[in-house]
Amino acid sequence: MKKVYVNEEWCLGCHLCEYYCAGMNSGERDLVKAFSREKKPLPRIRVEEGTDVNFAVQCRHCAVPYCVKGCITGALSVNDGVIVCDQTRCVGCLTCVLSCPYGCIVRDEEAHVITKCDLCLSRNATPACVEGCPNKAIVLEDRE
Amino acid sequence: MLKEGQVRIPSGCAISGFINRNGERRSGADIVTSISYMKERSNGLGGGFAGYGIYPEYADKYAFHVFYDDEATRKVGDDFISEHFEVVDCSTIPVREHPGIGKAPLIWRYFVDCRTSKLKSNQLDEREYVAQCVTSINHNIDGAYVFSSGKNMGVFKAVGYPEDVGEYYKLEEYKGHCWTAHGRYPTNTPGWWGGAHPFAMLDYTIVHNGEISSYAVNRNFVEMHGYHCDLLTDTEAITYIFDYLNRKLGMKLEDAAKVIASPFWSEIESSAKYTEKERGILRYIRANFPSLLVTGPFSIMLGFEGGFMALNDRLKLRSMVYAEKDDTVYVASEECAIRAICPDIDGVLSPRGGEPIIVRLNK
Amino acid sequence: MAINYIPANFDVVRDHTRCIKCRVCERQCSNEVHYYDEELDTMLCNETDCVDCQRCVSLCPTKALKILPNENRFRKNVNWRQQLMVEAYKQAETGGILLSAMGNPEEFPIYWDKLLLNASQVTNPSIDPLREPMETRVFLGKKSNEVKYDSEGDLVLSNTAPHLELSTPIMFSAMSYGSISYNAHASLAKASKELGIFYNTGEGGLHKDFYEYGPNTIVQVASGRFGVHKDYLDTGAAIEIKIGQGAKPGIGGHLPGAKILEDVSRTRMIPMGTDAISPAPHHDIYSIEDLRQLVLSLKEATEYKKPVIVKIAAVHNVAAIASGVARSGADIIAIDGFRGGTGAAPTRIRDNVGIPIELALAQADFRLREEGIRDNVSLVVGGSIRCSTDAVKAVALGADAVYIGTAALLALGCHLCRDCQRGLCNWGIATQKPELVKRLNPEIGYKRLVNIVHAWDHEIKELMGGMGINSIEALRGNRLMLRGVGLNEVELELLGVKHAGTAI
Repeated sequence: MKKVYVNEEWCLGCHLCEYYCAGMNSGERDLVKAFSREKKPLPRIRVEEGTDVNFAVQCRHCAVPYCVKGCITGALSVNDGVIVCDQTRCVGCLTCVLSCPYGCIVRDEEAHVITKCDLCLSRNATPACVEGCPNKAIVLEDRE
Repeated sequence: MLKEGQVRIPSGCAISGFINRNGERRSGADIVTSISYMKERSNGLGGGFAGYGIYPEYADKYAFHVFYDDEATRKVGDDFISEHFEVVDCSTIPVREHPGIGKAPLIWRYFVDCRTSKLKSNQLDEREYVAQCVTSINHNIDGAYVFSSGKNMGVFKAVGYPEDVGEYYKLEEYKGHCWTAHGRYPTNTPGWWGGAHPFAMLDYTIVHNGEISSYAVNRNFVEMHGYHCDLLTDTEAITYIFDYLNRKLGMKLEDAAKVIASPFWSEIESSAKYTEKERGILRYIRANFPSLLVTGPFSIMLGFEGGFMALNDRLKLRSMVYAEKDDTVYVASEECAIRAICPDIDGVLSPRGGEPIIVRLNK
Repeated sequence: MAINYIPANFDVVRDHTRCIKCRVCERQCSNEVHYYDEELDTMLCNETDCVDCQRCVSLCPTKALKILPNENRFRKNVNWRQQLMVEAYKQAETGGILLSAMGNPEEFPIYWDKLLLNASQVTNPSIDPLREPMETRVFLGKKSNEVKYDSEGDLVLSNTAPHLELSTPIMFSAMSYGSISYNAHASLAKASKELGIFYNTGEGGLHKDFYEYGPNTIVQVASGRFGVHKDYLDTGAAIEIKIGQGAKPGIGGHLPGAKILEDVSRTRMIPMGTDAISPAPHHDIYSIEDLRQLVLSLKEATEYKKPVIVKIAAVHNVAAIASGVARSGADIIAIDGFRGGTGAAPTRIRDNVGIPIELALAQADFRLREEGIRDNVSLVVGGSIRCSTDAVKAVALGADAVYIGTAALLALGCHLCRDCQRGLCNWGIATQKPELVKRLNPEIGYKRLVNIVHAWDHEIKELMGGMGINSIEALRGNRLMLRGVGLNEVELELLGVKHAGTAI
């Protein structure tokens, strides 16, 4: 299965992936409009910055997903290897946030639910982070 | 209007030629008949012939055919020739008045031997000496033009349709074992007899149909090696290429054809028809003689002492066919020109681009 | 102090209605032009330091940025142009010579733009490269005209001078490791291998990681002899002696110590942090006979297996110099025109020394032919070849191949801000700072280099086909395919080209 991987050698720490991700998942076509809302759209990818090295992290779509196992309402499920969240069933208990070893589940404080990377499948598009990375540090590859 | 030599004139053409392997001689009337069948490939602005074996009585003398603009120039030319050669015979070339042929220059013929003293003091090979003298006349004596300079062969050319030129020069009175002919279709009015084909250098004669796109490159190269391309024609450049490769470097005509119309790299590297050794040779040729590759459409016939060669450009952008019957090989732009003088041939073949047809006289 | 105030060259124009304050511009600007003000919750900028490299503009996700020329003008003066005034102010302040980078940007004639190409009509068919073979392969080096036959009657492959075989008549010109980054070199090396052409180490030696690309590498020997040793010479496919460079004829090079980090230091074989100063002349070449000795020494050292290139800048006497070089035993002469690029050069020299490559090339070709030695050497020209038609015109003026430097850097992202000398290249090319170097991902870079050369090769083939030429050999020196427009008689004569409208 193709997943998003980050090659830290080429990650510039520019944070563009975060903005493209947030923009894509805001449902707006235009980034300016997406960010002009009162409620800023949330990215599902996050850049970790160090002194010499940066890299972006998002859901690894683990084969053994602790988040799905721990989900008390069944909002998280595995769909063809991709871990997805049904926000209508999420009650914001944050068990998944606690159990994710990578810290990749994002908390939407205002909506009181969680949100996470679904490889842009719900948008039927190449992941926005991959598409927008200016240095091809983020790639969509099948490495299994 | 600028004449040939002052301007470069591209032209389309008709060519025809034949050779008898056993050296049996045929009347010049045959080649005139043959070329007349391709009249629509000429436009009356140039025609000419080369005959081999036509001067058996002077077989070991160089035969110079010379155009002079006027008497004064002839005196200059005469002096030059006498100074450098022993003139054995000298006269005008016999012609008959012809309505299709316009104002003629003075046309003279010399049978000569090289002056031994000159040859010695110049320390030159005899053929090189003759070539240099001819080049010198053509380049330096304004109004004089040596258009034929081989042994036991001769070029006859003029402005007009080739069949008219043939009648004008009374070619039916000559007999040769090999004849080539040319009808010209220039895109401009040359009005100068020297511009007609064949183009000759020593015993090499070229008739050519085409317009080569590599002209300037080929010209730069041969001029760097002592030739003067005074006529600015493709034919002249091609003649010098053969002279350089074959006479000066001693390259076989088969290999010279590979220089001029080399196979494509894609063929050299992947065609099963070549052995590794042949691939190496082709690589050597292409890497070392790039300036003599001739591109653009051409079909040429090269006459030389002892044989002739026909060659198409590597894409075969000009028509050329050949046929063989009773030890005579015929080559022409069109089949009709062959059937006109040999009606019962079995069929004609079309050589592939870049594949030379080389015929040599049986010893 | 107001007297030393120099207005910014550029206005950084931000459309605040589009800016989403993502701060990508801030993170990407090595000149620290952009910054975020928390109190005002807005992006501000210090435009004085902007060099117009367009990095922020290119990466801004909402296209909220524009860099425009600063319209603040000193009083108009045709003689004292603003640029000259600013330079006077700078020199009054610092007492130093002015430095610039990349090629001469001033208004001198560009002859490429005044030459037009021919095409076939009626008398000669044009050739369609999609349907017929179209050949751009080139061999560089001395041509042999030896014709001998073996006992089987086959042509003998005489022991010829070594050749460089190029799939297309384009090579990447000399750019040293040090002046450009590791990743830029990695991209050039990998692209050359894939393309079947050559790149050139420049005078900075060859990084050990790139020895595997040796068969596609031209190793340079310059006046500083940086990084030159036996393995280096043995590894390259050819050796280039750099006498001069188009951007700065007559002077040497200077790579500041700040760029001599560990790897560069090891590759150049000089101590870390020391300035790498290559002398103006080679101190063992004060005359043409000395050049011959160096050429032959290098050949001796590499067992006569590698062609030797001598690179000279296009200067007034270029034709005679080329003739001397051709007789020095060199196999290839590279001529670099006055528009040629550089990582750093004194501005006055870059903008005022040397001559246009078109004239230098035409004259060198004439001279070598006149002397009958054109086939003893190949001619490669650079400085500046901007597109496929420049290359085609160069070949028609007599070049065997062209060197491209700036065009290759453009493919790698360079926007010609011409500030390489500061080492802060935002595109990761002309810098040694690791955080900037990583901005050039060689995987992206090499593909873009391959693309641009492929694209040019396609265009060259289309143009050749139009002219009825199906092999590049038949274009070299084919001035009949060129016509000049708007050129005077002297220029036409020097180029050996007729004016447009003149028949063939």
